[in-house]
Amino acid sequence: MMILSGDPPRSRTLTLILVAIIAALAITPLVFPGAKAMNVATKICIFAALVASYDLLLGYTGSVSFAHTMFYGIGSYAIAIALYSMGPSWAAVATGVVIGLPLAMLLALAIGLFSLRVEAIFFAMITLAVASAFLVLASQLSWLTGGEDGRSFQLPELLRPGTVLIPKSAFGFELNGRVLTYYLIFIASAAMILALLRVVNSPFGRVLQAIRENRFRAEALGFRTVFHLTYANCLAALIAASAGMLNALWLRYAGPDTSLSFSIMLDILLMVVIGGMGTIYGAIIGATIFILAQNYLQALMGAASNAAAEAGLPLLPGLLHPDRWLLWLGLLFIASVYFFPTGVVGRLRNPPRKSA
Amino acid sequence: MTDLAATGALPKPKRDIVPVLLPAALALAMLPLIGSGSSWVTLTVASLAMGMMIFIMASGLTLVFGLMDVLNFGHGAFISVGAYVATLVLLPLATWVQADSLLTNLAVLAPAALLSMAVSGALGLVVERVLILPVYGQHLKQILMTTGGLIVAEQALYALWGPQIIPLPLPTSLRGSFIIGDIAIAKYRLLAMLVGLIVFVGIQLVLNRTKIGLLIRAGVENREMVEALGYRIRRLFLGVFMVGSGLAGLGGVMWALYREQVHASMGNDLTVLVFIVVIIGGLGSIGGCFIGALLVAMVANYGGFLVPKLALVSNILLMVAILMWRPRGLYAVTSR
Repeated sequence: MMILSGDPPRSRTLTLILVAIIAALAITPLVFPGAKAMNVATKICIFAALVASYDLLLGYTGSVSFAHTMFYGIGSYAIAIALYSMGPSWAAVATGVVIGLPLAMLLALAIGLFSLRVEAIFFAMITLAVASAFLVLASQLSWLTGGEDGRSFQLPELLRPGTVLIPKSAFGFELNGRVLTYYLIFIASAAMILALLRVVNSPFGRVLQAIRENRFRAEALGFRTVFHLTYANCLAALIAASAGMLNALWLRYAGPDTSLSFSIMLDILLMVVIGGMGTIYGAIIGATIFILAQNYLQALMGAASNAAAEAGLPLLPGLLHPDRWLLWLGLLFIASVYFFPTGVVGRLRNPPRKSA
Repeated sequence: MTDLAATGALPKPKRDIVPVLLPAALALAMLPLIGSGSSWVTLTVASLAMGMMIFIMASGLTLVFGLMDVLNFGHGAFISVGAYVATLVLLPLATWVQADSLLTNLAVLAPAALLSMAVSGALGLVVERVLILPVYGQHLKQILMTTGGLIVAEQALYALWGPQIIPLPLPTSLRGSFIIGDIAIAKYRLLAMLVGLIVFVGIQLVLNRTKIGLLIRAGVENREMVEALGYRIRRLFLGVFMVGSGLAGLGGVMWALYREQVHASMGNDLTVLVFIVVIIGGLGSIGGCFIGALLVAMVANYGGFLVPKLALVSNILLMVAILMWRPRGLYAVTSR
């Protein structure tokens, strides 16, 4: 209870699903040591933390930011540039962290002070504009960021796949640098999500929810809403930047497509809404569903597309093409905003009443 | 009794002309920096043309927001749809497009533009009924719904037309430039300016000289009061939304011809520009939107000429500067 900050999942099914997801993530390197399974599991961990931090903004304060990938990208690039220019050492990782986190926070502070004074809609537009400018900057300043190609780099010795800490002969599975990196990411993501749970269940989190429900009333009660919103924005930016750092460590690469692009922003939005806004747990569910779908549903769609093509149906092969999976996810997104705005978690917590 | 009779003219609303002078001042200030008069004219014409196209796309968005407090994040979808629909007419009739006669060229361009406007307007009808009607008054859900609509529309375009870039050559008679002395003015830019001006004047006339326009302006200022007077403002809004979508489609066609290519991501890219224009102009203000579009285009063109690296962030800098001066945009129309 303490570790969940007194905010348990509050639904038996939800608890079971969460335990299953976390257990599966924890044993992935032991059971499925293949590259694809590991990549999927890592992505779920990183995105669960990233989406949870976005939930702090969207679900708890009700402000839509389109700049979340910018902070994610700042984290990724900070690690990548530091390791690229200083060589594979822990000092370089530390430098990346020391430069990246404050940079993300300062930027979040500037955006917040500038645009959170007014309506949510204003904030959404300003963040969209700033994030797109940042994306252009990152892909143009190639002397620093490597431009469109991004930056590949080497990890410190300990985290490399070739480093074998416990050989396979000892326990039947190999503990190498890659597995170590995975667990580093797993634990860091879990810690960030728990920290976010702590934040939203603190008095500060209550104020955020009050602002979401009625900003005017919260202000009348004497809370400085701009301060609270900006603070939440900075916290979310810090966590997003940290998630970006983990992402860079796993990929050993940072580039515009993997860390900054607008499509990642849309992915995050989809994950939050599908999982359930304002719950933090929704982030884990949403990230898991989305990334599993992204990686395994596409194969299914490819098969369906081929079947439709062979059956000679018009239009369907194009619509079912694996690259068009976002089309279906977009429809699902609209349907879920409309029909169950509280997402999977909200549904499980408050199942629809059956008519007596 | 005589005291009550109105003798003088009614007090007129104060004219706020500082923003109007801003683009002219900016253009004049740039003259010495650029140095050569001919490049200045070329750049200014380019900015005016680009500004007009952006204005056409942005005008619908700002009206929709002003009238109904709905911000459509999917506005870019109408831009792309318009451009794609135009290819349906322009590519099969390529021989007419290639013909070296202004009349033949216009005979194919005009129906293409009209069809684009009609299709994106009709799409606007669907979007308003399906996506926006259920979430009136809820900003958060509006943003989410319309963003979802944007994703679906973009993906549907990919599914129907394929992911490749479609080249869309300019009609022959609109290629090239008029050359006056050592000044070159691209013909298509003149056409874009002309169309933009017609749209601007048209919107201003409708807003200021017709009953519909009166209702729209009244609705922007106080929606409940207009409803209380018995007007069905929902229907009015649907009309504005469709016209706005149709204009976005027209803007999309013009932009596609300007760039001579069509791609589903163009709507996404332009959305950012359109948003910046709408913010600068003040949400809901057509005049502000017009000036904002000109300013954005000028900064992009002059900036790109003088300091190419700066042009990447020039729009953001412009927005910050304007909002420092007037936090609600050039003209604050709505009280929201």
